[in-house]
Amino acid sequence: MKQHSRQNIKVINSIDELFTMIDISENRNISFHHHLRNGDYVLNYVLDKYKRENINNINLFPSAIFPSYTSILDLIKNNQINNITTNYINGPVAEYITMNGLLGKLIMQTHGGRARSIIEGRNIIDIAFIAAPYVNTFGDAVGYLGKSKCGSLGYCIPDSIHAKIKVLVTDNLVDEKIINPEIIGKNIDYILLVDKIGDTKGIVSGTTEITKNPIGVKIAKNTSVLLNELGLIKNGFSFQSGAGSVSLRVTKDVKDIMIKENIKASFFSGGITKYHVEMLEEGLVERLYDVQCFDLEAIESLNRNANHIAISSSRYANPNNVNQIIKDLDIVILGATEIDYNFNVNVTTDSHQMLIGGSGGHSDTASESKICVIVSPLIKGRIPVIKEVVTTKTTLGKNIDCLVTERGIAINPLRVDLIEKLKDTKLKIYPIKELAQIAYNFTNIPKDTIKRDIIIGEVEDLTYEIIDHIYKK
Amino acid sequence: MKTSAGSLESSDCLITISDSNKLEITIESVVFDQFGDQIQAVIEETLKEHNITKLFVQCFDKGALDYTIKSRLETAIKRRGENLE
Repeated sequence: MKQHSRQNIKVINSIDELFTMIDISENRNISFHHHLRNGDYVLNYVLDKYKRENINNINLFPSAIFPSYTSILDLIKNNQINNITTNYINGPVAEYITMNGLLGKLIMQTHGGRARSIIEGRNIIDIAFIAAPYVNTFGDAVGYLGKSKCGSLGYCIPDSIHAKIKVLVTDNLVDEKIINPEIIGKNIDYILLVDKIGDTKGIVSGTTEITKNPIGVKIAKNTSVLLNELGLIKNGFSFQSGAGSVSLRVTKDVKDIMIKENIKASFFSGGITKYHVEMLEEGLVERLYDVQCFDLEAIESLNRNANHIAISSSRYANPNNVNQIIKDLDIVILGATEIDYNFNVNVTTDSHQMLIGGSGGHSDTASESKICVIVSPLIKGRIPVIKEVVTTKTTLGKNIDCLVTERGIAINPLRVDLIEKLKDTKLKIYPIKELAQIAYNFTNIPKDTIKRDIIIGEVEDLTYEIIDHIYKK
Repeated sequence: MKTSAGSLESSDCLITISDSNKLEITIESVVFDQFGDQIQAVIEETLKEHNITKLFVQCFDKGALDYTIKSRLETAIKRRGENLE
């Protein structure tokens, strides 16, 4: 097939040069992605320009905020930022917002909700600044090659299509053709060439280890036995575990069951680690749908394995995407900072009301999967994980099916089908209030110290429903 | 004389005791808002059981349960040996 002649994208060499061509003051709604995690240089590089130019009324749309994104803090303190819309927030920016709020508000979306909002025109982005590890002169890009490689670029794909102006920021511009690019050059307006887009050490989180902690091991064992007794580990099943150390231990235990019983899974989705890659290469799972790589082995596998597929956040979790992956997801294993008597889960704030995270894909996968299992120690540093009411609702209880702890399991009473299947089990299953009482017997009941006076933000579900408010501490 | 017991690991506490001419207790805890009063009560009760009325107790708590706090304090007291108030 004859290829259409393709245009080279204009290459610029500094952020100052970009804003000689476009007016910075007319472009105050700006987005970033977090695939370079705590090693990202691009966000601070761009926002320092907004700081120097004293641009006010900025609305930020980063897919997540990590501790190193300190230029955001400077802009907030200078009253230059209005709203921040993100999926996850951690570190100094989170602490400052918890204590002070914003001029506007903090809107915590989910990964699927963010994709949907951008595609449906609810999040209007003037400029998407897209850190891109490997870019060719046509503006095609992938994340799994280059000196600052990060793996899948899933979270920025909607931005790369729907922002009014799209700028790829790269330290690796090549002439070669890219087969199956994640970012398509015809959408791109500028390529901004810089020395380095990130610090390799910060890009790969390096925290993806399987727990050896006996409590974690017990939780994982309970979980894999539960899944097996429910008959969910069977040929063609699909599974998502994330990269938490207990969740990865569940993955390992599920793997042992699969090998023993000669079972093959259809796909794993979400954030991918070396453990998932191992299972792909050992033929235990057919495909990996990867929205985010957690380690170097995952990044390299994306380049090496045809069945390890980078997907956009929209394909991953947008409920209005007809090809949404997680609607076919059987099992998701998720964590919790808190869970309450109605099974609502908090991963947005800690029990001291500090912002420490956010949904990411928590609510997306819990809502869409057939079964959602929360794994957590019953007590964490004297704080029982079960509360009467969570500090912040990240994921609604109606979407949470099971809580597995080291001392017992609680099943959401809405899931009568699961309760029926487990009626002869030897697993310790309790009503959630009884499980809470077991914790209180060790800890006593914590004093409720949560302030609910001043609203600083909201939690927006993938349905666009505001499911909770975030309060100033 | 100063003795201590425990650690700063999560779910443990470090208790340091030293001479004083009165009873003085300081608590730093990651769960102070939720359990500060409870920690104070456990320390006071344990001292009472040992008939100690003059001591400086510093508790650096990382979310220890009551029996951990009590055993750390008792160990610190035993490490003072015969040199009791």
